[in-house]
Amino acid sequence: MLKVVRRTLLQAVPTVLAILILNFALLKLAPGDAADVMAAESGAATEETMAMLRRQFGLDLPVLHQFLAYVGQIASFSLGFSPRYNLPVADLIGQRLPVTLLLMVSALTIALVIGIALGTAMALNVSRWPDRILSVVSLVFYSVPGFWIGLMLIVMFSVKFGWLPSGGSESIGAGLTGVDAVIDRLRHLILPASSLALFFIAIYARLMRAAILEVTAQDFVRTARAKGISEASVVLRHILRNALLPVTTLAGMHLGGILGGAVVVETVFSWPGLGRLAFESVLRRDFNVLLGVLLLSSLLVIIANMIVDLVQAWLDPRIELR
Amino acid sequence: MAATVETSGIAPVGRRALRAFLRNPTAIVGSLFLAFVAMLSLMAPWLYPEDPLSMVARPFLWPGQNPAFPLGTDSLGRDVTAGLVWGGRISLAVGLAATCLGVSFGIVVGSTAGYFGGRIDNLLVRLIEIFQTLPSFLLLVVLVAIAQPTIETVTFAIAIVTWPTVARLVRAEFRTLRERDFVTAARALGFGHIRIVMLEILPNALPPIIVTASVLVATAILMESALSFLGLSDPNLVSWGSMIGSSRELLRSAWYLSAIPGIAIVCTVLSINLIGDALNDALNPRSPGIE
Repeated sequence: MLKVVRRTLLQAVPTVLAILILNFALLKLAPGDAADVMAAESGAATEETMAMLRRQFGLDLPVLHQFLAYVGQIASFSLGFSPRYNLPVADLIGQRLPVTLLLMVSALTIALVIGIALGTAMALNVSRWPDRILSVVSLVFYSVPGFWIGLMLIVMFSVKFGWLPSGGSESIGAGLTGVDAVIDRLRHLILPASSLALFFIAIYARLMRAAILEVTAQDFVRTARAKGISEASVVLRHILRNALLPVTTLAGMHLGGILGGAVVVETVFSWPGLGRLAFESVLRRDFNVLLGVLLLSSLLVIIANMIVDLVQAWLDPRIELR
Repeated sequence: MAATVETSGIAPVGRRALRAFLRNPTAIVGSLFLAFVAMLSLMAPWLYPEDPLSMVARPFLWPGQNPAFPLGTDSLGRDVTAGLVWGGRISLAVGLAATCLGVSFGIVVGSTAGYFGGRIDNLLVRLIEIFQTLPSFLLLVVLVAIAQPTIETVTFAIAIVTWPTVARLVRAEFRTLRERDFVTAARALGFGHIRIVMLEILPNALPPIIVTASVLVATAILMESALSFLGLSDPNLVSWGSMIGSSRELLRSAWYLSAIPGIAIVCTVLSINLIGDALNDALNPRSPGIE
């Protein structure tokens, strides 16, 4: 097990390095740097102040030096300093990461549970009307922009009914503790997590349907039926267990997609997470923050894929840990 | 199948697929709606010759309040219907152009990797892997923000984040197809690489590529709308996403301004996905749908 983790990590090194170079090159191409933005926001700045700002942020060094300095920082687990927020990037990301992870994991859980249920319902009724209706429903889910369904949920549940809060991740200044605080968090979580999950419900439902249909056609299922095992047991122990494999593979692959979706959904719901931080730092040209977010999210994807490999090996002992 | 396809071209597959496609009721609904949207978009300059960004009436007319503006007006008195029609142009144009670019690039990379194999395959697979590790929407936001949002940069950026999907698919197809007898035969006849790739293998790899391309058009439209919702679109052009983005602050009082363009996005994307689904059933009868 440990050997596998180490090998996967070693394989990830060139990928991470390439991503670092790519991000850095892209961001160097951007017009205007942090000093420009700060000067613009303060309204006036002399050449001297600008030069001083640039020197302070290391923006006057040759590009290669800036890149090497950045890689050096990464190697010592520091992501640099955000001039705009006046905070180390690692701290900034550390503040935002937990709420984003909460949102992503909730959305992924909702998507997997509902998607697997829908897909199973579709496959067990294949080509009959429940299958046809659910197929169209899942295509509708697949076609709805996350930000729009978020806005519509706000109109419905916050504005019209007033049941759920329209933004934020908790009631600020309410001073809630214990169970109340947890309920308050959950109330804030429902709408954004559902908006983010919708697209992935569709993906998992369709994937699950296809996987079940494929497994059902295999010999061991016929054998199980011929042995006289109850239908429920055939579905649960023989079909579902095997059909879950492709779904778990893709659940890891979609982590990057969910993170991308979080950028939009977090903006809609003023969710104080990583996605909104990335968007804000794009608008503010805060390169250190943006590089940090991109690097960290790529690392998250790599780690998720590693976990998927392990989960797969656990679900299906035939798969050798590579 | 490969043998018949090789001797008589792709026509029989095409005809059978077309018949299967036309038997599918949801495909017909999707095609009709898409044709309707495409027609409105094409006729926008004649239907609404005025700039959709210009003020034409009292602001905040609700849908149905004034028959001259059936879908109402926004906070600046701009006609929502005109915005929808002009916005459809942007969505469809960006969706199609980005997909064409992404698919072409994906085919070039994927076929090179899959056909030649070996070291070049390793290298290209690495490249694809890197792009698939980066969260694509985050990358898209960065690209557009850096290049300044115009319709061209948005199109290019969407193509940049979508090509790896196509490249992976094409590579996998080419890897299986290059081992087939008809390719060996073509090689024995002394055909060059370009001819084998373009005329022998590619036509046989087309069905899954077509299906993926149709889904990618839908995805590209969704990406464009999300970008313009975030304000990362050409400020001088109306698009469905920017209509929603600009009326977001008015959600409490005038929610119809966000709802209407969103319905347009959902219906258009849904119709494309319905077509894609039907194409998948028609072209790859045994394979599952979208990944």
